[in-house]
Amino acid sequence: MSKFGKKKKGLPAVNTAALPDIVFMLLFFFMVTTTMRETDLLMKPPKLPNATEVKKLEHKSLVSTIYVGKAKPEDQAKFGSGDKIQLNDKIAKVSDIANFIYSEQEKHNPEEIPYMTTSIKSDIKCGVGTIHDIRVELRDINALKISYSTRKGDLGENLK
Amino acid sequence: MSRKELPEINAGSMADIAFLLLIFFLVTTTMDVDSGISRKLSEKPPEDYEPPIIKMKNILEININRNDQLLVEDELMEMKDVKQFTIDFLDNGGGIGKPTELGDGKVCGYCNGNKEDDSSDHPNKAIISVQSDRGTSYGMYITVQNELLSAYTELRNRYAKNHITGKYAGMSYDELLLLETKDNDVLKATLKKIKEAYPQIISDAEPTK
Repeated sequence: MSKFGKKKKGLPAVNTAALPDIVFMLLFFFMVTTTMRETDLLMKPPKLPNATEVKKLEHKSLVSTIYVGKAKPEDQAKFGSGDKIQLNDKIAKVSDIANFIYSEQEKHNPEEIPYMTTSIKSDIKCGVGTIHDIRVELRDINALKISYSTRKGDLGENLK
Repeated sequence: MSRKELPEINAGSMADIAFLLLIFFLVTTTMDVDSGISRKLSEKPPEDYEPPIIKMKNILEININRNDQLLVEDELMEMKDVKQFTIDFLDNGGGIGKPTELGDGKVCGYCNGNKEDDSSDHPNKAIISVQSDRGTSYGMYITVQNELLSAYTELRNRYAKNHITGKYAGMSYDELLLLETKDNDVLKATLKKIKEAYPQIISDAEPTK
């Protein structure tokens, strides 16, 4: 009919050439801002207390973490219902803490050892008795810097 | 001669590969910043160590029982009142302080307290003793520690604002902490001075059974 007839129908395909770039950007963002998960929790993930006077822990490599909490519901028959302590990848006794700290200290230069911190990640429902046992154990082997791991937030949550 | 062109590599699946990597990192890494209430434990005393005699008025005694009830100086207290009570105790300044390397103990010149006779002599003599039960919940314990620390922070903030001169005049302790870097000696000395004005002396007594 005419030269101007026949118009193309349908939308043109969206150019996705930049999609990989965007995804890579996201990927790098996450690689930089996050850290590898080191241990698998063998207990119920502890519900950390909230606090307002928190200090950031720097130098992650100098921090050794002790988890305190209750065993998972399915493991309660095996481990009992009391407060459990997890060091590295296993549920341990309080008397194992000395060895754990020594093995952490061995990974570092002697001059770094005084700066090593022990971070206690404990559930709010745990008893202070367990925390005190850990403290005594740490004091006995002269690992004096500790940090009670907390979140920044409302204090009222701590007593629920 | 005809020039053969290389066929273009199909990059369509690049995005898929990148997504795969992205999801892998999302799953295996954590984002949480470790933060907490930091504390320095006291060293293990030698066996023949005799604890020094401390006047009762210089000790603020806090008891928490296994039902998470609070007893401050033998009186039942609500959590919201602890901070002000601690500040009043620390800031009392009713007597002479501990001798320092600068010389004999002095009267606390920066305290705003009531200078009562039955409360602490000087911030550097004031000791807070927290006695909890083995059954006290950790959440309660941390809440009390947090209240105590916030009392210290408030006093330190006030001291920093009113008594620090020079480069860092007029700034609060919190703000100075944020500025702290490894090799800033002036700031370090300033922070040390503030900390010495209100040293944190919190002791954890053996929990009751």
